Amino acid sequence: MSRRARLLVLAFGGCGLALLFALAAFRLPDFGGTSHPYGQRTLPNAIAHHTPNVISSINFDQRAFDTLGEELILMASALAAVLILRTVRAEQEDAAGKHAYGPAQVFDALRITGYALLPVTIMTGVYIVAHGYLSPGGGFQGGVVLGSAIHLVYLSGDYPALARIRPIPMFEAGEALAAGAFVALALAFAGQVTAMNAVVGLEVGSAVVLTLAKFFEQALLVRKDT
Amino acid sequence: MSQFLYLIPGWILLAGVYGIVTSRNLVHAVVCLSVAQSATYVLLLTIGYQRKATAPVFSDIKPTRNVVDPLVQAMTLTDIVVGATVTALLLALTVQVAKRRGTVDPDDLRSLEP
Repeated sequence: MSRRARLLVLAFGGCGLALLFALAAFRLPDFGGTSHPYGQRTLPNAIAHHTPNVISSINFDQRAFDTLGEELILMASALAAVLILRTVRAEQEDAAGKHAYGPAQVFDALRITGYALLPVTIMTGVYIVAHGYLSPGGGFQGGVVLGSAIHLVYLSGDYPALARIRPIPMFEAGEALAAGAFVALALAFAGQVTAMNAVVGLEVGSAVVLTLAKFFEQALLVRKDT
Repeated sequence: MSQFLYLIPGWILLAGVYGIVTSRNLVHAVVCLSVAQSATYVLLLTIGYQRKATAPVFSDIKPTRNVVDPLVQAMTLTDIVVGATVTALLLALTVQVAKRRGTVDPDDLRSLEP
């Protein structure tokens, strides 16, 4: 299809979508109004179960079964990314020690800041996971912070240092264990918000580390066999 | 006419779709898909908003205080997680396309032949 024809099809579909969306939007209740029937039904449950952060209460208590699905989507997609980015036959992988950096030059100031921020970032991640039932945060958010924090070692050190502090088999085992534990918690003990936050934090952190590890390998280590 | 605010997510969605359709680079297309998906976050939060209400976290406010709709916020969290996984997966596919075909321009990827 030529670009012109494609734009014409897009204009037709876009106008239709815009029209239907506008028609629907003007039938919605007033913006900022007080009618939130579903939200208001969740509040007494959250308070009765002593989970001040209502969003954690919804995700891990009232809708724990739905979060189970979300959790398995996360695991399946991390697994798929690892599979897609495997080393294929015509390629070979260099040892982690052979390449120190990617193409970017790292400044000394950035390096020192990275080392200084590493413990602070890990602390923040653990705090966000552990305090998720009480204050804004939770396993998903804290897990991303924890998973990204480890990569400060790459920014401030080099790739061999990063490869040393994140042994991939351990994170693979952590991912699988956390997913299994979450299934058990969601099916049998829904409402254990703190435990579920911790398990989700572990799983999300492992998934981030594993996926980024594969991207790192592709960028730094894998090359075509010549 | 406060309903005009509900049109913002529609506009973001259309901007993202326009970006995908006119994209000349698969990484750009993936980012445009993220933009299109962020329309759903904005729509959910717009629907949940309530005037003179605060965040639905009761650790330091009275339980009688008005709060915005927590259900749509929980759904937004689910949405963000799924969006991030989709982005990671599509970027992984882009890496493989770039390696196999030597290009990331969708217009040059006509056939399924290697």
